Amino acid sequence: MKRLLLIVLLLASPVWAVEPDEVLDDPVLEERARDISAGLRCLVCRNESIDESHAELARDLRLLVRERLVAGDEDTEVVSYIVERYGEYVLLRPNLEGANLLLWLAGPAMALFGLLMAILFIRGQSSQRRTPDGLSEAEKERVAELMKD
Amino acid sequence: MIVELGHFALILAFAVSIFQMVVPMVGASKGWGDWMAAAGPAASAQFLLTAASFGALTFAFVTSDFSVALVTANSHTLKPMLYKISGVWGNHEGSLLLWVLILTLFGAMAAWFGGNLPETLKARVLAVQSSIGAAFFAFILFTSNPFLRLESPPFDGGDLNPLLQDPGLAFHPPFLYLGYVGLSMAFSFAVAALIEGRVDAAWGRWVRPWTLAAWLFLTIGIGLGSWWAYYELGWGGFWFWDPVENASFMPWLISAALLHSAIVVEKRETLKSWTILLAILAFGFSLIGAFIVRSGVLTSVHAFANDPERGIFILAILGVFMGGAFLLFALRAGAMQSKGVFGLVSRESALVLNNLLLAVSALVVFVGTVWPLFAEMFFDRTLSVGPPFFNAAFGPFVLALAVVLPLGSMLPWKRAKIGRVTRQIWPLAVLAVAAALLAYAIFSGESAIGPIFIGLAVWLVAGAGVDLWTRTGRGAFSGRLSRLTRLPRADWGKAVAHAGLGLTIFGIAALSTYEQEDIRLVRLGETYDIGAYSVTLTGVRDVQGPNYVSMMGTVEITRDGRDVAVLNPERRFYPVARMPTTEAAIDNGFTRDLYVVLGEPSQGGFALRVYIKPWANWIWGGSIIMALGGALSLSDRRYRVAAGAAKSRGAKGVPAE
Repeated sequence: MKRLLLIVLLLASPVWAVEPDEVLDDPVLEERARDISAGLRCLVCRNESIDESHAELARDLRLLVRERLVAGDEDTEVVSYIVERYGEYVLLRPNLEGANLLLWLAGPAMALFGLLMAILFIRGQSSQRRTPDGLSEAEKERVAELMKD
Repeated sequence: MIVELGHFALILAFAVSIFQMVVPMVGASKGWGDWMAAAGPAASAQFLLTAASFGALTFAFVTSDFSVALVTANSHTLKPMLYKISGVWGNHEGSLLLWVLILTLFGAMAAWFGGNLPETLKARVLAVQSSIGAAFFAFILFTSNPFLRLESPPFDGGDLNPLLQDPGLAFHPPFLYLGYVGLSMAFSFAVAALIEGRVDAAWGRWVRPWTLAAWLFLTIGIGLGSWWAYYELGWGGFWFWDPVENASFMPWLISAALLHSAIVVEKRETLKSWTILLAILAFGFSLIGAFIVRSGVLTSVHAFANDPERGIFILAILGVFMGGAFLLFALRAGAMQSKGVFGLVSRESALVLNNLLLAVSALVVFVGTVWPLFAEMFFDRTLSVGPPFFNAAFGPFVLALAVVLPLGSMLPWKRAKIGRVTRQIWPLAVLAVAAALLAYAIFSGESAIGPIFIGLAVWLVAGAGVDLWTRTGRGAFSGRLSRLTRLPRADWGKAVAHAGLGLTIFGIAALSTYEQEDIRLVRLGETYDIGAYSVTLTGVRDVQGPNYVSMMGTVEITRDGRDVAVLNPERRFYPVARMPTTEAAIDNGFTRDLYVVLGEPSQGGFALRVYIKPWANWIWGGSIIMALGGALSLSDRRYRVAAGAAKSRGAKGVPAE
């Protein structure tokens, strides 16, 4: 909601995301450029990729990506070229280095741990049921007690 | 004068909330009936006072009283009436007032419709609810007073941000807040139950409607926000994994989990402490959401008031309520004895899996959202976590959830044989795989992810249908059909909500995989083809709006020589706010949207972007259907909040006759 507010507030002069004059003639290269741009953050905006952003800097970066592609760089080379100049902050998909492993593994690790706990819990509680009528010993005693009254 | 009365009403409401926080709680522990009974009238009074206060602020906005600082900053005499009213909550202070208004409304509703609650539980629930209210009243009065006056009022106001002048703003925040704040009820019930030391099937039955209501409002609120971004933002993005969006998505995930685990408590009297934990967490995430939106610690494109002092206040509220609740949980959770036991293959186990997947996916969103902050504080790394991470890390959980959902929803309680369910459901699996293969074959060369999710969507929708059909038992077709119409509404609600989820997944998969985009410089009168459509820019003219000027294009779209649509994309300029906006023009369709955006004039032409967005509306259509499913379930008379009350009153009446 308020994203809209800031996008516009931050625009010094509103230009567009990907303007017609930026588009490369080679559709394959252009497609690669778009894919790369979608993974790079616009540094002066808030949480937008350079592909979506209207800012001047984003436009410069988009042109830079296309320049490198035309020069024959591989996708990964283009990305590392930009990361070398602007730091890992530009990567919208954090790399797997160092502490970032925690970020990437948090989900799968918790899922596995949770699954293990869940199975142990279900096994544990279902083995409480020994008697054929579905009552534990304690519950049977309680039933007997209640029946007395 | 009215503004001062509103301010005064707010202070009174704060005082009442403190009274309601203390007196019924003491009464419940001492067993003093009159002290407990004080909670009901206090809850009503709190709501009425807050409503009066909110009404006073609305009055100031409607009459454009520019001696109020908030009105000056967010309104303008020329603004249409709808936006004068919605401007009340289009800012930090006013939205917070709306928040407490809804909070007190929920409290009052618990008092009005909670006649069948045990006396002590009701008193404690209302006391806990009121303590949340007291915290937020204090927050408003001490840090964010909406009623501050200006010493010398200006002639006119600074206008609301043009992008917020949209019907979307009128409805998106209220629904979202109904959801966020609705979870406070589940929290109050959880804390009250911990204090009571007692959770039983009846408790599950009371908590479920509140959670269901909160979840369904959140669903609508998030759907509206997404739809608004889609048409307003100018390129048709619908979800950005922005911290503030995540802030609303995490409570949604947790409340969905809570909704399902409360069913287990209600039907089988097990998973009690887990359900309590989820109820605490769900509201915790709501508070975290409030913190993210209002503190500005995370860089978000949404910004409210980036004021560290306010952030610290919310953090303190979060700390007190979560800390207190978890402490209580640690002390009391052991007392929650499970009754029902179940085997590894059973509906209960399936719901445990559902809860696990939803809770862990919420955790993934949470970790991703706070990671930039965390990495900077502890590892001295400035980094970003954006959509590519969330899609990769969150996607698998959606996949797993969608795979197990139809199976799990058809498993019987207690102990099940998987073979029985697979016999009923294998034709669906074939159908789903066929749909995925078909999607892959039609759009060869694209990634396989789109088709996989399309297959899953088919699996979910058809699975919901089969689930409903198997509920009609055996026998002749006509007999089953008539039984189908008599199924409990909760069963229908379940199937409809699950099908809605399938439709939303379908819309997202189709839109993200098969969207077509065209960007080019177009001269007036020039015609060109995109996919099956021919596009012509026939004219551009200047238009004067109520509080803006606009450059409006006319774009004609035809298909095979037949007219499809004439669209008018605009570039607007709001002189008061000095802000330009682009207004996309959209031809909404059942199978596709045509989305046209007009750019700046250059070199004798105009930059024009045209998108063909396949099945886009199904994303929000699915959300509405999900919410509808929730509403159906809520309307089931077995869960209607007051149903039990009426019955017990009637039962009491009999001996007197």
